[in-house]
Amino acid sequence: MSTSKLSHAEAAEQFIKDEPRTDWHDETLWFVRQKRDKAAHGLPEWEKLREWASQIKDHTLSNLDNYLKEFESKAQDNGVIVHWAADGEEHNRIIYDIITHHRIKKIVKSKSMLTEECGLNEFLHAKGIETVDTDLGERIVQFRNEPPSHIVLPAIHLKKQDVSDTFHEHLHTEKGNNDPQYLTEAARQHLREKFIESELAITGVNFAVAETGGIVVCTNEGNADMGAHAANIHIACMGFEKMIPKAEHLSVFLRLLARSATGQPITTYSSHFHKPREGQDMHIVIVDNGRSRQLGRADFRNSLKCIRCAACFNTCPVYRRSGGHSYHTAVAGPIGSILNPNIDMRANADLPFASTLCGSCSNVCPVKIDIHDQLWKWRQVLVEEGYVDTTKKVGLKGMAFVLARPGLYRFAGKAGRAMMRMFPWLLNNKLNPWYKQREMPAPPKESFRDWYIKNKQQ
Amino acid sequence: MWPIGNKNVHMKVGLFIPCYIDQFYPQVGIATLQLLEKLGCNVSFPLNQTCCGQPMANSGFAALSKNCDKNFVANFRGFDYIVGPSGSCVLHLKEHLHDEQHPGEAEHIRKHVYELTEFLVDILKIEKLNASFSHKVGLHNSCHGQRGLHLSSMSERMLPAFSKPQQLLSMVKGLELSLPVRSDECCGFGGTFCVFEEAVSVKMGKDRITEHSANKVEYITGGDVSCLMHLEGILKRNGSSVKTIHIAEILNSNA
Repeated sequence: MSTSKLSHAEAAEQFIKDEPRTDWHDETLWFVRQKRDKAAHGLPEWEKLREWASQIKDHTLSNLDNYLKEFESKAQDNGVIVHWAADGEEHNRIIYDIITHHRIKKIVKSKSMLTEECGLNEFLHAKGIETVDTDLGERIVQFRNEPPSHIVLPAIHLKKQDVSDTFHEHLHTEKGNNDPQYLTEAARQHLREKFIESELAITGVNFAVAETGGIVVCTNEGNADMGAHAANIHIACMGFEKMIPKAEHLSVFLRLLARSATGQPITTYSSHFHKPREGQDMHIVIVDNGRSRQLGRADFRNSLKCIRCAACFNTCPVYRRSGGHSYHTAVAGPIGSILNPNIDMRANADLPFASTLCGSCSNVCPVKIDIHDQLWKWRQVLVEEGYVDTTKKVGLKGMAFVLARPGLYRFAGKAGRAMMRMFPWLLNNKLNPWYKQREMPAPPKESFRDWYIKNKQQ
Repeated sequence: MWPIGNKNVHMKVGLFIPCYIDQFYPQVGIATLQLLEKLGCNVSFPLNQTCCGQPMANSGFAALSKNCDKNFVANFRGFDYIVGPSGSCVLHLKEHLHDEQHPGEAEHIRKHVYELTEFLVDILKIEKLNASFSHKVGLHNSCHGQRGLHLSSMSERMLPAFSKPQQLLSMVKGLELSLPVRSDECCGFGGTFCVFEEAVSVKMGKDRITEHSANKVEYITGGDVSCLMHLEGILKRNGSSVKTIHIAEILNSNA
């Protein structure tokens, strides 16, 4: 899914070069975080809901094999065709086979981060099959040939003028007209056509209920429903962690999801799909793609509790100032930084370091994932597995050596401060990243220890 | 006249001065020591202390900090309490200090190491301070102290509001406190993050400073010198008149 080969730090530096735009991005997402705070404050039982959600998910992950089997059997009883995919490639292949079997030409797809993770659009495109993303934000980024930069707000990195330019190019709207009402209406007319002519609709899944075999899809635009209701074939794609045991548990998750995501009490549409309507085929593709491996990692398994609300994105001071594309993965932000090293450790070794470990992500998480602790733990794993560059390694080894030897530490400290006083240019130069935009602290003649010995130890 | 008198004399307090404070900000160590002594504590500074090991551990090299940990335990065993003017270093010790040869002593330290403001509020339970600082001051809530050690309530959580640093600053005569709009957003220091993610780090710091400057503060204070050092570096580079000062220096001041 990467748009570039830049590391997070390099891509972030590019992003920040346009400072007014960075400020706008930061403030826009902070506004969403504030809406979330307000919605959460409106529920006296907020912290209890988080605890319940966390416990339900912990329980489900501990009994996942049974719940998945229960779900499959109930869904099959309902007339749904259930597929299992070990990885992204198998997921894409299953969908391709359904498409070719029915000689399908027109496909619509509502938002599914799983299909982004599996690279479905690119896979089908390479086979000459076009899918139309029907979520407004996703359609915008699809026109621009960009990946989404946020899992709930896919085009949040774009301003209305960017959308206007994109629509002018692809939908022939008036040049320069950036009235949101006008642009939305143009998208609406365009998408209506696509819905009407579609033969196959792909949707994601927010929750899969083991006891009923049903799935729940949450959208604000109703585009999942429009797609699934108009087409003769409905394929719903889900990572296997979407499972919850019972329908009654939705009363916890549906209250948390939209409040955490956008500050709404609930998504405009929470659509429950149980069986195909007459004459329709309904498929569910259940995907592993590394999830079993993550489930087996004691320190990281509970990252699979994630319900993809993106509250951790909106609160993350690093995400807000570096943009989703700097994470070069389908799921960006803090949660992406603990999920993606599991998928590809080498390619995503930079992500757990793209954090100050401030802990705000763990605090907003509606299912209480200890995100910042897992970032710390991933750093240890990545170093141990050899995915951290040698300069860093040599530097920190040297540091550890000095700091374990009090005499050497004092000598190095004293010598270092003396050097800084005598030869300030040694550190005050372009090679020192600290000095690029910050002054170095003024080196005092005396350390605290020197002072203490002189003044306190007679 | 000090309100506490000498009732804390029986407490043997080990003074932990993090390495970069020892080397670059000795005045913070001095203020911490003087403050604790004024409040009647029996304080000593173990002379062979170096570092808590956090810089290595947060960079993924926790395995390398074993000897650092050992040195820390050797210096700080036998104290009733260990107190340091840094939430970040204290949190690291609480979560990660281990010593295979002296597990009991390491555990005692983990359970009895305190950040300065939480020690003053929770252990000494001070209600008055003979301090004055007639300036307009902005408070920076450092993440590890706040979210890790729970020195104050957090804007993300729906729990009752409190703040140990604010409680202490409210005892200082003449001090006018102001909080930035985003009262607990990270400053962007983040250990080695400040150099490996230089652009984001500086941008985060600049944004904190913009909010404090809008409040027309003379000083930005906080419980972590690392955050203040980062903010100070940006303030100085931009020729700002706003200064940084550690909370121990304010609580110990009689200006």
